Amino acid sequence: MKLKKGIPVIDQGNKLGFWGGKFGGNFVPETLKKPIEDLEVLFNKLKKDKKFIQERDKYFKNWIGVPTRFIKLENLSRHVGGAQIWSKVVSDANGGAHKVYNATVHCLLAKRSGKKVIIGDTGAGYAGKMLSMAAKKFGLKCKIFMGAKDIARQQPNVKAMKKNGAEVVPVYSGSQTLVDAVSECMRFWVANCDTTAMCVGSTVGPAVFVRICGWSTSQISRELKVQLIDEFGSIPKKLKLYNCVGGGSSSFGFWNEFMDYDKKQCEFIGIEAGGPAKSKKHAAPLTYGSKIGILHGAAQYVNQNSDGQIEETESISAGLDYPGISPLHCFLKDTKRARYTAASDEQALEAYKLVTRFEKLRPSLEPSHAFAVAISESKKLSKDTIVVVNSCGDAYKDRGILEKRLGKKYVKSN
Amino acid sequence: MLNPISIAFKKAKQENRPALLTYTVAGDSSKKQSLRILKSISKNADILELGVPHNTPVADGSQIQTSAYRAIKNGIKVNDIFKIVKDFKKFDKNKPVILMGYYNMIFQYGENKFLNKCKLSGVNGLIIVDLPWPENKNFAKKCKKKSIYFIQLLSPTTTKIRLKKIIKDSHPMNYFISMLSTTGGKLKVSPNDILKNYSKIKRIDPKKEIVIGFGITEKTIGKLRPADGLVVGSAICKEISRSLKHRQNPVTNVSKLVKKLKSKIL
Ligand SMILES: Cc1ncc(COP(=O)(O)O)c(C=O)c1O
Repeated sequence: MKLKKGIPVIDQGNKLGFWGGKFGGNFVPETLKKPIEDLEVLFNKLKKDKKFIQERDKYFKNWIGVPTRFIKLENLSRHVGGAQIWSKVVSDANGGAHKVYNATVHCLLAKRSGKKVIIGDTGAGYAGKMLSMAAKKFGLKCKIFMGAKDIARQQPNVKAMKKNGAEVVPVYSGSQTLVDAVSECMRFWVANCDTTAMCVGSTVGPAVFVRICGWSTSQISRELKVQLIDEFGSIPKKLKLYNCVGGGSSSFGFWNEFMDYDKKQCEFIGIEAGGPAKSKKHAAPLTYGSKIGILHGAAQYVNQNSDGQIEETESISAGLDYPGISPLHCFLKDTKRARYTAASDEQALEAYKLVTRFEKLRPSLEPSHAFAVAISESKKLSKDTIVVVNSCGDAYKDRGILEKRLGKKYVKSN
Repeated sequence: MLNPISIAFKKAKQENRPALLTYTVAGDSSKKQSLRILKSISKNADILELGVPHNTPVADGSQIQTSAYRAIKNGIKVNDIFKIVKDFKKFDKNKPVILMGYYNMIFQYGENKFLNKCKLSGVNGLIIVDLPWPENKNFAKKCKKKSIYFIQLLSPTTTKIRLKKIIKDSHPMNYFISMLSTTGGKLKVSPNDILKNYSKIKRIDPKKEIVIGFGITEKTIGKLRPADGLVVGSAICKEISRSLKHRQNPVTNVSKLVKKLKSKIL
């Protein structure tokens, strides 16, 4: 299995949509074949269309507010005492997370295809919040599927969705988290694909959704590349990019523009959710060597039992609480371009405490997982190593959990 | 030897009626009950579809989901499903049985091993909800070698060119999804319109048997008589759930329901 140079990774799949010949594809009911093919045709055409790119960039700039900041975490670096720790503050983006890029692009595509309704899944609530925002902006009706457990633990985002006029549909099946929300959203699409557009909230799902999402979030690394050159004159000799991985959309977007660099110069580190330290359950299929299987239309490494039933996950972070992982990351793992590891709930909370103690930055629980590993590895790295952590979400949505686990002071003081 | 599925269609045709296909989930509500239900409905059903329960079923509505989750909770494993089929075939060896499920279950079991087990236990056909054409070409060939029908799904969204290609590659039986819906949806298209679509498909190759499924109940089955076969699934699963809720015997209730369904197409 080989990663090709000079070709965007999203376009390295084969005719049937498999990366590396085995990850991804389109394991979908017959009913969805046609709408998926229509979306593929539209996307392949528009991604080469200068006018469409201009339109996208216009909304990214004027509405999302790109570029997001690239800042040095001076105090944290000094405290840790190793590599220089920087952050790409993607949570600056309108709405407070990277999910806004994919949501915007899907709404633009939906408009072009003449659809009046757009549906989407959400775990942490950011994908849903952003889709509801974008749908409102572009005059589309919006329906968001969300696990009942996530509705309870991510209330600020649920309120935001409702305020934007979206209908939030609670999903009570299975573990009542993201995996069930995606399933229910796909079911709704099966029944309504003639009138409705679907947005998948991460680089997961049938191949075209993986590609659209990766294409959209790549905005992050396009900006970062420019910002690195502005800051250092060139791409640093020792660069390490840390990103949490749920479905894999922020990490993929954070890395994409650096894909062709040698990994000795530019290393990618993906951090999955290890779950509570005491629990056997986790949401880290790459770290713990889960077997390849099919989930939500794509072949990927996925937590499952020997019969092929998808296993329940557990994580403090709703956004990472997913048993599968993008086919793109399976591909990056097997070609050894990226390295994957996990952080536990407790480690993420500790990292959140440390970051907020030293910096004016409030990473949500998802990027706190990435900070945990970045901080611990930075200790052993040289001063000329540039560590960049994607702070891809804001902790406002986690106030309830943070207050419960860490006490009021961590919610108020920032 | 002719596949018992084809024999069942022939027999129904001789009786001037569509074949009745039932769908129940293997292991619902338990392994034993599931086998009892099959035995009790086999005198009225022509072809028995047995669902392989999966916990992430992206094309199933709430009734079949409930049945599947119940079966999984009660411990059903793929090997138990083969055992149910085998035991059933001891009771009625000529009644065709089709397994219907999601590809991951087969993928984890191993395609070849799965097909060998199908053969050994007496499975006559397979429907895999999320392995569409052309992705299923290879697997369908493997099925053919074992004389197991691989049943292609056709949908109202399937384009005409695609219909032709799929039917050309297909085995003697195909499955037409009546409308845009997961299983168990209310019939939102009139039976007449469904039959119009059905005839268009049928004309492509009249020799291939086409069954219609999704949204068919006691109320609607009679209006779809002209089809080669009609599948009732969610209505049966719902009856199992209803029986359990009212502490009634699902075996007798389902058996009655199937008898009634049959009476509507005689
Ligand atoms: C802030 C934040 N980060 C990360 C994720 C994980 O998703 P992905 O891996 O697709 O970036 C989510 C998902 O909801 C999120 O809200």
